[in-house]
Amino acid sequence: MKATLHIHSITRRSWRVSLKNISRLYLVLGSLLFATFITFVLQLWLGEYPIAPFDVLNTLLSRQVTDKNYHFVVMELRLPRAIVAWMVGMALGASGAIIQGLTRNPLASPDLTGVSAGASAGAVTMFVFFPGAPDVLLPLAAFGGGIFTAWLLYLFAWRNRSTAGSDSPLRLILIGIGLSAVLSAFTSFALTFSEIWNAQRAMIWLTGTVYATGWDDVNALFPWLVVGLPLTLLGARDLNVLNLGDNVAQGLGLPLHTVRAFLLLLAVALAGVTVTVAGIMGFVGLIAPHLARRLVGVMHEKLIPTSALMGGFLLILADLIGRTIRPPTEIPAGIVISIVGVPFFLYLLWKREKA
Amino acid sequence: MTILRAEKLSLGYDTTPIVHLLDLETPSGQITALIGPNGCGKSTLLRGLARLLKPKHGAVLLDGRAIHTLPTRQLARVLGLLPQLPTAPEGITVRQLIAQGRYPHQTWFQQWGQEDETALRNALALTSLTDLADRVVDTLSGGQRQRAWIAMSLAQETDILLLDEPTTYLDLAHQLEVLELLVQLNRKGKTIIMVLHDLNHAAHYADHLIVLSDGRVVAQGMAGQVITQEIIRKTFGVESLVMPHPVTGKPLCLPLRRIA
Repeated sequence: MKATLHIHSITRRSWRVSLKNISRLYLVLGSLLFATFITFVLQLWLGEYPIAPFDVLNTLLSRQVTDKNYHFVVMELRLPRAIVAWMVGMALGASGAIIQGLTRNPLASPDLTGVSAGASAGAVTMFVFFPGAPDVLLPLAAFGGGIFTAWLLYLFAWRNRSTAGSDSPLRLILIGIGLSAVLSAFTSFALTFSEIWNAQRAMIWLTGTVYATGWDDVNALFPWLVVGLPLTLLGARDLNVLNLGDNVAQGLGLPLHTVRAFLLLLAVALAGVTVTVAGIMGFVGLIAPHLARRLVGVMHEKLIPTSALMGGFLLILADLIGRTIRPPTEIPAGIVISIVGVPFFLYLLWKREKA
Repeated sequence: MTILRAEKLSLGYDTTPIVHLLDLETPSGQITALIGPNGCGKSTLLRGLARLLKPKHGAVLLDGRAIHTLPTRQLARVLGLLPQLPTAPEGITVRQLIAQGRYPHQTWFQQWGQEDETALRNALALTSLTDLADRVVDTLSGGQRQRAWIAMSLAQETDILLLDEPTTYLDLAHQLEVLELLVQLNRKGKTIIMVLHDLNHAAHYADHLIVLSDGRVVAQGMAGQVITQEIIRKTFGVESLVMPHPVTGKPLCLPLRRIA
């Protein structure tokens, strides 16, 4: 009798705990969406040409407004740009969470592993040396460049780690930063061959920015995110098991190589497509998963969506700050993020050293 | 009852062979201990038995079928593995860790069901971790942490559990805590195969002992047949005194000196 009561109380408690966990996740996701929405409104409202929120609303609803320019500023400049920033941030947040889980390395992210630089080099190679190719192929070229870099990284940093699990997180990052430097140099070099009209556009390949992005870019990102983001949730359970170590994961029946390849392709695809639109946007993929982990813990079914929404929020916020801090001068969102990102990266390094 | 058996098994990393043409049968429903000096191939053999290493030659058979031909998930419902010194992700709770043991039983469509919850609760109860279920694994003592990992393997609900030196880095009381838990699980019907360093632990807790040296089986059988002065001299290069344990009557090995 006593035993039954005991079990009963456990059931109730575990039920309550899981309910608490679930509602916490929704609370976090809801708050992030709300914060993103507020930033979105500010993004449409503020700038060199401020438009009152009420006029923004009327413009969005295609109602009569006093100034004809409103339509152009809101619908053609600010709205698509804000959406692009959000999408790019989400893709990078999800990609970063996957890469950190996959490599079991809290310092990893698409940019620090060189994957973003590889994607950039791939895309630049295509539009400089094959100028006739259609734009839809650009994300594929970026994807190819990212995969190529991931393969190099695997050869240099990942393959030879010992089975005892003494793999060094720093080794991966050092090689990643080295690869980034080489690939960025290649990108700059390739750009000197490009036409003048290309050179202007080329700026985005060198700094991460959502400056002058439009509906075309939203359309370019859309299919990749609509397919890619739901797929990340399919990988969540595998990532949880993978995080227990290769041996445990295999012992639990995880097809190690298949799962790794799938997750890597997914992470590179998400990061690669952002590069074609916004260039190498550093640190979003590093910071977002860390903040998300603080909020919802280490299980990937919660971590990945939280990291995605966090990345989206961070990038739209960074763009807002960069756009409004000293108009008409614009600071690229990538620079704004780096100002926070570099100290954050150093803090992570310092924390590791201490541990 | 499932039977795990190796037939002319050769294992190795890259080009270096470690286990040579080894034949071996682990009695089902019993505790088998793999013992031998460092580098004798006992951990490699365990990895081979757990299909973490592909055989260079021969096969590991589970009920007569080569495990490398079985779907990995299906195999994981019969055969569990706890590697040496596993590391838990930072911040994971005991409950979350144990829940991972349900991985081979779950599918995309059927995520977490009543059976999984029952298995989780049983694993917690068997390892006396129910009260610690919501604690973060990093904050537990070494013995509790090892119990949490064993609980994860229990949630996997396999007939056979392979463990690689489950008592490494634990103090005496925690070593016994883990070994006694394994005996208790064995009484409930689980076949246990583990690598052990301590000969006296092996003699005390295992029903069946396998002594390895240079990737070959030197002796196997009950403790009384296997733990002898001669075998210890041959495999470890150590002169020892083997006498019956005053309480259990099982062989007790007192090492005297190394043979130069």
